Amino acid sequence: MNDLLLAKAIVLGLSALGAGIGMIAGLGPGIGQGYAAGKGAEAVGRQPEASGKITQTMLLGQAVAETTGIYSLVIALLLLFANPLIRLLS
Amino acid sequence: MDIGIKTMFYLGRIPITETVVTTWLIMVVLVIGSMVATRRFRTAAPGDKLGTTEHVVEFVVDGLYQFIRETMGKKGLKFAPYISTLLIFLVVANLIGLLGFRPPTADLNTTFGLATISFILIQGTGLRSKGLWGYIKGLFEPFVFMFPLNVISEISTPVSMAFRLFGNILGGMVIMSLLYGVAPILIPVFPHVYFDLFSGIIQAFIFTMLTMVFVSMASDEEEEN
Repeated sequence: MNDLLLAKAIVLGLSALGAGIGMIAGLGPGIGQGYAAGKGAEAVGRQPEASGKITQTMLLGQAVAETTGIYSLVIALLLLFANPLIRLLS
Repeated sequence: MDIGIKTMFYLGRIPITETVVTTWLIMVVLVIGSMVATRRFRTAAPGDKLGTTEHVVEFVVDGLYQFIRETMGKKGLKFAPYISTLLIFLVVANLIGLLGFRPPTADLNTTFGLATISFILIQGTGLRSKGLWGYIKGLFEPFVFMFPLNVISEISTPVSMAFRLFGNILGGMVIMSLLYGVAPILIPVFPHVYFDLFSGIIQAFIFTMLTMVFVSMASDEEEEN
């Protein structure tokens, strides 16, 4: 009984740690989106009349760049709220 | 904190979740709203004065058609009904969190369903414009051994679209519920503007935009050859 409790505590603690470490992937999209936004600002500065098209393209590119960050978010949410590892114990 | 999807009631033995109820609610509101708003178009004679509702409907439909024409070209207009419906549904579904409902898009089933429809549309367009043989040949380009990679890249399109929408909306929902636990009064107003209004509208736009881009990429091949 006590052993199972200890095992559960270890799994839960390490899952929380894993979720935190997994969210380091948020770095990448942040840098990428910031770079895209900077380039978008440059493009608007050079060609203000095309700002609508530039914003649209920028948002599309940023959304695609965001995918990896969203994957890590989904994994972190899984580890926190629908942990598949804790079910292996019982 | 619980972010699981609640089961509202059972229909026989099938569980009916919150998502299904909210989705049906949105569908009823949108369908009845469109029927009421366009009712006078059928009976109006030329020269009749139209009301405010009709002008708003015309403005929205004109805007959507122009947006689709700019993105996909004139040939894209035959997809306009599906794409406009998708955009309107997604905007309403993402914003319904403001009324206290759980957004249907914070459920992986909804987003995967929508992404599957878009996937079938993309593949169907590709199949139609290139023909069966051209479609199969396209999967083996540029080399024969690239076939598995091409298949994976085709399948990963709807998966990433579904996860993007789901992750954004659910992430906003989780952060908002954490914030409500810490500071329930007044402070959550401003994050609501970002997470629900801005993020919701942007994600609805992105989903439809990606559908349009992939569909026009699938149908573009024909014009070049």
